[in-house]
Amino acid sequence: MKIISKFWIIMGVLIILSPLGLLLPEHFKAGAGWGEWGSDEIQKSAGYIPKGFGNLSSLWHAPMPDYRFKGWEEKGLPALSFAYIISAIIGIFVVASIVFLIAKVLSKK
Amino acid sequence: MHIPDGYLGPATCGFFYVAMLPIWAAASRIVKKTLAARQVPMLAIGAAFSFVIMMLNIPIPAGTTGHAVGSVLVAILLGPWAACIAITVALVIQALLFGDGGITAIGANCFNMAFAMPFVGYYIYKIISYRTPIGSRRRVLAAGIAGYIGINAAAFLTGVEFGLQPLLHHNVNGQALYCPYGLNVAVPVMVSEHLLVFGWIEAIVTALVIKYLQEHSSELLAEEKTSS
Repeated sequence: MKIISKFWIIMGVLIILSPLGLLLPEHFKAGAGWGEWGSDEIQKSAGYIPKGFGNLSSLWHAPMPDYRFKGWEEKGLPALSFAYIISAIIGIFVVASIVFLIAKVLSKK
Repeated sequence: MHIPDGYLGPATCGFFYVAMLPIWAAASRIVKKTLAARQVPMLAIGAAFSFVIMMLNIPIPAGTTGHAVGSVLVAILLGPWAACIAITVALVIQALLFGDGGITAIGANCFNMAFAMPFVGYYIYKIISYRTPIGSRRRVLAAGIAGYIGINAAAFLTGVEFGLQPLLHHNVNGQALYCPYGLNVAVPVMVSEHLLVFGWIEAIVTALVIKYLQEHSSELLAEEKTSS
């Protein structure tokens, strides 16, 4: 089998495993990465919400915030794991397609 | 390591966008010269791999999480300039579609993970594996060390960028306007968690893939393909 096809199989396995990135932190009650907190967590750890932070942090509203569907914050872990897998598939498809197109254009001699 | 919106002041955000412009321009110019048409699918899959591996958050006892990035692996296989383009696309999509990393911080996040990390890792791999046969164990070790140092270099830069904010932007009472943590907090935290945990994950992933390729597709590791 060509190595590229093997890589896509590995990618499929990683997509199926991707909810671990959600379930493991949830299980060990770990929050976001250091310095990736929202205003609530900043308020808690620093004691105040920096003025500029408040203005900038809500600048962009991503269509699938934190790799889940909008309005799914309250849904349980199985639903969020499903959203995580869909996010992985969408993300991989979009990233691979854009890089493929850019590289295709650039590699044309 | 994805800096969100609100942590970096406008000066820092602007600085890194401006710093990345010539880097992106150089990357497209150099990739145009060096990337062969048959390497295009590999670059796409490298970017996709980096994207999905960044979703695999690992919790650490301090109550936070982190992840591998994969930049060094892509740099070893396709060169640091190609890696710069691939990881940039992954980071931009993460910011725009998934809100992972801020849009004002895209320049800084790209500087750390799509520029510093693949370049540091690539040259460390080159130096350690210098003139060794493609199938040698030293190359596996070189890839692991390169991954480890590469992600730590990116983490260090991220810590410095966070830590400079209270010095650059604060009100008359000394209260920070953006990231509230100074260099004395941000740098040790970012560096130590990557030295202790996430650096090892990056090292193992990078080394294992190189070992797998040595056995199954060693032509991907041939020297002339990674010309920079």
